[in-house]
Amino acid sequence: MTGIVSYGVYVPKYRIKVEEIAKVWKEDPESIKKGLKVNQKSAPGQDEDTATIAVEAARNAIKRQEISGEEIEAIYVGSESHPYAVKPTATIVAEAIKATPNLTAADYEFACKAGTAGIQNCMGLVNSDMAKMGMAIGADVSQGAPGDALEYTAGSGGAAYIIGKEDVIAKIKKTTSYTTDTPDFWRREGERYPRHGGRFTGKPGYFSHVIGATKSLMDKMDTEPNEYDYAVFHQPNGKFPVRAAKKLGFNKKQYQDCLVVNKIGNTYSGSTLIGLASVLDESSPGDKIIATSYGSGAGSDSFHIEVTSKIKEVREKGPKVNYFLEESKYLSYGEYARNKEKVR
Amino acid sequence: MNIPRFWRKINNRYNLMGTKCENCGQTYFPPRNICPNCRREGEIVEHSFEDEIGELITYTIIRSAAEDHEKETPYILGIIELEENTRLTSQIVNCEIEDVEIGMKLKPVFRKLGEQSKDGLLFYGVKFSPIGKEE
Ligand SMILES: [Zn+2]
Repeated sequence: MTGIVSYGVYVPKYRIKVEEIAKVWKEDPESIKKGLKVNQKSAPGQDEDTATIAVEAARNAIKRQEISGEEIEAIYVGSESHPYAVKPTATIVAEAIKATPNLTAADYEFACKAGTAGIQNCMGLVNSDMAKMGMAIGADVSQGAPGDALEYTAGSGGAAYIIGKEDVIAKIKKTTSYTTDTPDFWRREGERYPRHGGRFTGKPGYFSHVIGATKSLMDKMDTEPNEYDYAVFHQPNGKFPVRAAKKLGFNKKQYQDCLVVNKIGNTYSGSTLIGLASVLDESSPGDKIIATSYGSGAGSDSFHIEVTSKIKEVREKGPKVNYFLEESKYLSYGEYARNKEKVR
Repeated sequence: MNIPRFWRKINNRYNLMGTKCENCGQTYFPPRNICPNCRREGEIVEHSFEDEIGELITYTIIRSAAEDHEKETPYILGIIELEENTRLTSQIVNCEIEDVEIGMKLKPVFRKLGEQSKDGLLFYGVKFSPIGKEE
C-alpha cells in the first residue's frame, strides 16, 4: 500500500524569544506568550531560505532509507516563500539530491498547506504507477511585518516526505480534503509581507476547515477519535491545535507530543509535516495517526496513517525533530532583523 | 559570476562533485581533468565528496567584504581538508567566531552563496558547518 517511505526535517539553528521582539514594540511579553502559547520562534541564518531548507530536509529523507536520487520521479515543493517568483524551488532540490533529469517537478502554493497538497499529488502518481517514488516538501522562511502580531510566530523550517509503495514505514490509508474560498490571510504579488483578517478569522478559517477535513476523514474510515494514538494539527500558534483537538474529541495524550510551535514558531508549510515527523520519531509499529494541515485561503488535508514495523530501523538514520529543538542559538532583535534583511 | 559559468558548475557546487585519478588515487576539488602526478597515465573519474567529513586546516575572520558579502560580516572563511591533499576554501556557518578551532570536524551544508544582483540569479552551493552533538 502507498505510504511514507522516508521523511526528513530541517530547522535553522537560530531562535528569537517573544521577550526580545516585544521589547522593540513596547508590548507586554507575558500577555503575548499567554495569548499565543508560543515562547520563541526559529529564524534562518542570513544565507538560508526556502530552497536551502528544502534541500537539507530532502537530503535527510534520502539518507534515512539510503535511496538514490534517481529513484525519485516527482518532486513538489510547497511554500509561501519560494525564493523566486518565477523559477522553481523544486528544480534546485532535484539537482541537489541528484534526481535530475528524469523526473517531474513543480512548486506549490497554498499558504501553510502546500506541502500536504504535494503529498496527495505524490500519492496519486505512485498509486497510478506513474512514478515509483515521489517527494513532497513543505518549507518556509515566513515573514511577519515588523510590529504585526505574526512577527511573534512566523518561523522557519521544513520537512520532506518520500511517498512510495515499497518499504513503507507508515501506510497512508486515506486522505481527504476540505476547501472553500475564505479570505483570512493573503499576500499580493510583489508585496513583501502578508496581510490577514485579524482575530475573527480563526473560526471560519482554521477551525471550520481543520474540523471539517478531520471529521470527513473519520467518517470515511468509520473511525472514532479514541482509535488514534496521535492527532497532529497545523500549528499557527500553541492555542489553535489544542482547541481543535478538544473540539474533535481528542485528549492531551494524543495531541501534546507533536506540539513544537512553542519552541520553533509557526513554520507554515513545514508546520504539520514537522509535527508529524516528531510523532514518527517516537511511534511504535501499529500506531494510528491522524494528521490535518491547514492553509489559509482556505483548505485542510487530512491523513489516516498507520505505522509499520519498518519504522524502527529507518528513523534512527536521520536527525530527529528533537535534535533541531535542542540545537539553538538566540538572536537579539538587531541580529534577527539583519539576518532577515528587514533593515535595509 | 556569469550565468553559463555558474550553470556548468551546478553539480560541483551543489553536490561537491570532484574528480579522482584511478591510477594514483589522488582526488581533486575543484575537479581536474588531468592528473598532474600521472599526466597521460592518469585515469580521471567523477568523485563525490558530499559524504566526507572535512577538517579545518586554517581560517581567517572576514571583517570587511566586497559589497555582495558586506551584510554577512564578520564571517569565518576556512580551508577545509576533505581527503588527503584535497583542500578547498569555504565559509564556515552555524559557528560563532569565538568557537572556531583548527582541527574541528565539519560537514557540508547547502546554503546561498550569493546573488547576481537584486533582481538577478541566486547562487546556491556548499558551505561547511560544525558537526552536531548527535552526529
Ligand atoms: Zn594520478
